[in-house]
Amino acid sequence: MTGALGALGSTVLAMLASIGRVVIFASNTVKHLALPPFYPREFFQALVQIGWLSLPVVGLTAFFTGGALALQIYAGGARFGAEAVVPSIVAIGMVRELGPVLGGLMVAARVASSIAAEIGTMKVTEQIDALVTLSTDPMKYLTLPRVLAATLSLPILVAVGDAIGIFGGFLVGVNRLDFNAAAYLKNTVDFLETADVVSGMVKGAVFGFIVALIGCYHGMNSGRGAQGVGRATKSAVVLASVLILAANYILTEVFFTS
Amino acid sequence: MIELRGLHKSFGQNHVLAGVDLSIERGKSMVIIGGSGTGKSVLLKSILGLIIPDQGQILVDGGDVTQADRDAFLAQFGMLFQGGALFDSLPVWQNIAFRLMRGSLERPKDEARYIAIEKLRRVGLKPDVADQFPAELSGGMQKRVSLARAIAGDPEIIFFDEPTTGLDPIMSGVINDLIREIVVDMGATAMTITHDMTSVRTIADDVAMLHAGRIQWTGPVGDMDQSGDPYIDQFINGRADGPIEAIR
Repeated sequence: MTGALGALGSTVLAMLASIGRVVIFASNTVKHLALPPFYPREFFQALVQIGWLSLPVVGLTAFFTGGALALQIYAGGARFGAEAVVPSIVAIGMVRELGPVLGGLMVAARVASSIAAEIGTMKVTEQIDALVTLSTDPMKYLTLPRVLAATLSLPILVAVGDAIGIFGGFLVGVNRLDFNAAAYLKNTVDFLETADVVSGMVKGAVFGFIVALIGCYHGMNSGRGAQGVGRATKSAVVLASVLILAANYILTEVFFTS
Repeated sequence: MIELRGLHKSFGQNHVLAGVDLSIERGKSMVIIGGSGTGKSVLLKSILGLIIPDQGQILVDGGDVTQADRDAFLAQFGMLFQGGALFDSLPVWQNIAFRLMRGSLERPKDEARYIAIEKLRRVGLKPDVADQFPAELSGGMQKRVSLARAIAGDPEIIFFDEPTTGLDPIMSGVINDLIREIVVDMGATAMTITHDMTSVRTIADDVAMLHAGRIQWTGPVGDMDQSGDPYIDQFINGRADGPIEAIR
């Protein structure tokens, strides 16, 4: 019994210590926002890698999700004669919830893993030490540009994903469910409010911050060798995904229940 | 001049440095030898501030390194890492000119590229290597590029971490000769860590042997063979039997 309690206590303490380290890492990152030097070249490279190159995967995910959502709502709505709600529910579902969450999770899979693997490899091959000896702060040169690029590009990715998801729902609605195209679009526009779109984009910004921060954190704290980098990559994707889902619940509480 | 006074560093129960005292005179080439895992890299990284010692003092030209302005302090140093530690994402010339394109030594891009190509020539590589990426180069070429990066800012102090590891004997000889030439030409203070005795005899003015967390023996390289110290004698002659325990 005492042994089990001891093990539980050690696990909890280790978890709290990990949370503390991530929070300190996050506050150090934010602190560097205000302090020069800045590395615009690294920032724009990160913007392309994280934002632009994630567009296909986010777009495809949103497209198929929008289509599937239209089919599901139609089938569910038909049980109580509410098939007409398909355009509005697809729009609200995509913009408020599925666009940011699925976009965030796809970017977590694609970006958190690649950041953790890249920085982890840099660590085990002493490239991070080399940066320090060349008078360059790795937090400024590696972490800040990636975190900033992800925080700024995710809202745009989410907005584009929302539009593509709604378009997916529109195609299914018009071609498979016999909706009138003009009526579908009018319903979508009428029911959607600016606050829905903005809340989704704010979620995107928070998720972008989480994805890049966790990727950098695990990369910087990677263990030795291929196994260490592999573990860092896996941990980055798992933690970023869980934090995105947890943050999504908290943000939804803040935006829509007050 | 670099002075280490009573340097201690432990990782958990492993006391890697247990009171290291060592002086390296300005313009001299000091080679630290010792078996694997004796703390040579920890010693070198402690001087650079990459590892914070638990106890002791590190003085460079009389000033405590923990009190020094970090950027100015590091601008005096060049470092050749064991695996090269070249940045994969940058072409060779930008690796070499990394320090010259940012920070206190920053200069225009054209000038930085010109200096990078000059340093490439200095280490025996042709200018057409400048636009290649590190992954496209052989191990020996990567080592030379890393050497070029170490000397790009004309540092007063250069550290070499296992400069010949992973190279064939001929390329090791080439790198050893290059290091010696560069150190003499630049008049730099050099500190090399290695267990390659050919490197020791080519590069060193002075030698120090690290064993059990302390400096076991130090003196001019010419005195090394007649030191009378059983530890250094066993090490330089590569004998399995002696006071240093060999794990079989």
